[in-house]
Amino acid sequence: MASEPETPAAAAANQFAATPLEQWKIVKETIAKTVFLAMTLVLVAPLVGILAILLVKAWPALSLAFVLENPKHYMTQGGIWAPLVGTFFLVLGSLLAAAPVGVLAGVYLNEYARDNWFTRIINLAVVNLAGVPSIVHALFGVGAFVLAANMGRSLMAACCTLAVMTLPVIITSTREALASVPMSFREACWNLGATRWQTIRTIVLPNSISGILTGVILQVSRAAGETAPILFTGAVFFVPVADHGWESFFPYGPGDRCMALSMHLFTLVTQVSGVSDETQYGTAVVLIGLVLVVNSLSIGLRGYLRSQKRW
Amino acid sequence: MEAHIRFHNLTVRYGAKPALRDISLEIPRRRILGIIGPANAGKTTLLKCINRTIDFVPSASVGGRVEVDGQDVFRIRNVYRLRRRIGMVFPLPVGLPLSVYENVAYAPRRAGVRDRAELDELVEKCLRQAMLWDEVKDRLDLLGTKLSGGQQQRLTLARALSHRPEILCLDEFSIAIDPVTTMKIEDILRELKNEMTIVLVTNLVQQARRLADRTAFVSDSRLIEVDETETIFTRPANRLTERYVNGDFG
Amino acid sequence: MEDSRRERDGAEGGAGQADSAPWLCRFLGPAESMVAGVVVRLCGYSAILFVFAILFFVLREAAPMLFGGMDLVEFISSPDWRPSSEVRPQYGILALLVGTLSVTGLAMALAVPLGLGAAVYISEFCTGKVKETLKIVIELLAAIPSVVWGFISYMVLAPLIVDLTGAPVGVNLLNGGAVLALMSVPIIVSVGEDALKAVPDSYREAALSLGASRWEVVYRVLFPAAKNGLLAAVLLGVGRAIGETMAVLMATGHAVQIPRGLLDPICTLTATIAAELGETVYGGPHYRMLFVIGLVLFTITFFVNLIADIVVKGIRNGQRA
Repeated sequence: MASEPETPAAAAANQFAATPLEQWKIVKETIAKTVFLAMTLVLVAPLVGILAILLVKAWPALSLAFVLENPKHYMTQGGIWAPLVGTFFLVLGSLLAAAPVGVLAGVYLNEYARDNWFTRIINLAVVNLAGVPSIVHALFGVGAFVLAANMGRSLMAACCTLAVMTLPVIITSTREALASVPMSFREACWNLGATRWQTIRTIVLPNSISGILTGVILQVSRAAGETAPILFTGAVFFVPVADHGWESFFPYGPGDRCMALSMHLFTLVTQVSGVSDETQYGTAVVLIGLVLVVNSLSIGLRGYLRSQKRW
Repeated sequence: MEAHIRFHNLTVRYGAKPALRDISLEIPRRRILGIIGPANAGKTTLLKCINRTIDFVPSASVGGRVEVDGQDVFRIRNVYRLRRRIGMVFPLPVGLPLSVYENVAYAPRRAGVRDRAELDELVEKCLRQAMLWDEVKDRLDLLGTKLSGGQQQRLTLARALSHRPEILCLDEFSIAIDPVTTMKIEDILRELKNEMTIVLVTNLVQQARRLADRTAFVSDSRLIEVDETETIFTRPANRLTERYVNGDFG
Repeated sequence: MEDSRRERDGAEGGAGQADSAPWLCRFLGPAESMVAGVVVRLCGYSAILFVFAILFFVLREAAPMLFGGMDLVEFISSPDWRPSSEVRPQYGILALLVGTLSVTGLAMALAVPLGLGAAVYISEFCTGKVKETLKIVIELLAAIPSVVWGFISYMVLAPLIVDLTGAPVGVNLLNGGAVLALMSVPIIVSVGEDALKAVPDSYREAALSLGASRWEVVYRVLFPAAKNGLLAAVLLGVGRAIGETMAVLMATGHAVQIPRGLLDPICTLTATIAAELGETVYGGPHYRMLFVIGLVLFTITFFVNLIADIVVKGIRNGQRA
């Protein structure tokens, strides 16, 4: 073995020199990191790529007139006003039905329920309700609302079906929002002689309302995009609505059928021939844009809330 | 001396684990009772039984009686009224996420007080009693959670006083605050003794000695001994008590 | 059930209350609390109600076929789904079941490694802004409606597959699997990341201070510690993939056959219902058979979610202990 005299500095540096085993370790770590990064990029890239493709192909069709006009000539021309209005009313109706029940159910699970078998069953029901396939929700909607409740295929039946579908997610997000309010606040109120409900109304809800809203907004975007549950419960192929004047904003009664943007996209692609690519892409982009805007709102609101901690 | 609060063979279990075993104790009116004892002895549980917030502990099961003014609290139907007769201050200061003013006005409002002038007067009185008025009188709109720890603890005290309680329970109130504030609050308690019965749970033996008229020693979920404070500290009947007050264990 | 003795919100309507309160308020507080308590409880119970309602109403429509008129052996074992045959309608779901399983299997084969890899990357290898951005992107990926995924597969992916592989049709098993993979990845990533986040930092610090590299921490510490959560993530992904309807309907070509290769068009349970319910006669055998398929789907997803839930509960309890 060579015994060259080492300078002190070199000796110090050598202390941290890697043995072959350690070098292999570092290499492995780099490989692992790169592989994981690649996996993530494989997921992110399609999103960006697809959005780009959609936008480019839809560009010629996108205009204000496209949004504000009814479909025309067996839907091969014109815009998307009627489906857009239909989607709006579907979302609004389902939200009105699902939000109060869902929020209160979340309140029950977080504030009232004790830790016992009954509560576990409710939790299990919520989880399973969230996992029921959307087409089974559609079957339920047909069986329960369209037939048994005698609503017929109508806006109302479709809204109810959507509401049942969105319920579990509202429950879950409400519960999370409520759970973020510290227990000590509740105890302080109870000690002051407030009832459970007074505590919830005065302290718990005001301090979690924004978190609850975030969850509800998220549901808006989900309901707007759903197709299967409304397919057989109230959405139809083609119903024009007034595209100008007052009536264009209140075109339906709850018993009427309506169009929906998501279903419109489906029919344009699979049922109607002779629709220009731009119109199809345009419809898809509007739908996707709608959903993403609502989602971003919710994400933005959440970020804002994190910065506005009140305790 | 007339007893204000009376425990009759009170037994509390959390699930299978006993938290209090067969406690019988009398607390005289308009005096300070100090309760001392090592951690986990069941001191906090004792307080929770007086205002029945033990109800909110799902696993707790209670046996025996707690009487306030001769009435068994576990049979009282209007538990909210009971809680309004009792002020509670817990170890960690809790400013509710409301303004300072609304923090103090919270209990009166829940009890149905709507008159603004009456509330104003009450809030000022309670904040003065808690020696917080001078520090916050110009910023009553500030969030209670934004006050400093010591201020929040005095806010908690003001809130506990806001429903004009007959009984004030304090649970290791000085744990999270500085010595100066502790001394201030101790002074307040000496004043308040003239108006209400005070139950002071403390892990500072010397605090009990400074403040309490009578002192109870609780250990391992049993009441070991209760007597005049002087007696407990100078001639305790029980060896365990002697060792505890002299700092030999705990 | 609730212990109603100890805590009856407001059942004690103001039996003589604080002195200065106006008399109405003495009742209003507790009465309001009592009413609110009842309403809140009812809403809480509604989740159970809805699960049973779904089961009941689907069963009600399916019952006449299910309990008579249906050949159970044929239903399970026959690959022939010919509901509208004039001569002899056949209702075998084997091909549909195989279609669902194959497309789900393919989707999982793609999505599980990618999803868990991304979960590890997001949870362990990046911080700050990058992490936040990636999480938001994954969230947006989850937000894209299924009909849009169907559109993408039909308009973008299908021509691409034809060009690349020379397959006769672009809407097939491969297309469906790819789209389903992209759709179920977000849930795998977010649940998986939660599971990794739930591993206490002290484990990581302990391993790192012993000289382990980050990769070794992931491989030897995090995977074993978070395996239940990761399994739950996969199961939830499976549940989502089995139940997916519109995208699969548009992407797989809707041909009732047992696939022999990746490029065969297939048909799934969900897509069959979506495609055929509109054309059936209310109350007819075909109509009722679609509800029977709905029941099968409900049962499958029920058990997948049940198992996932038990697995998740397992980790939560483990953490508490």
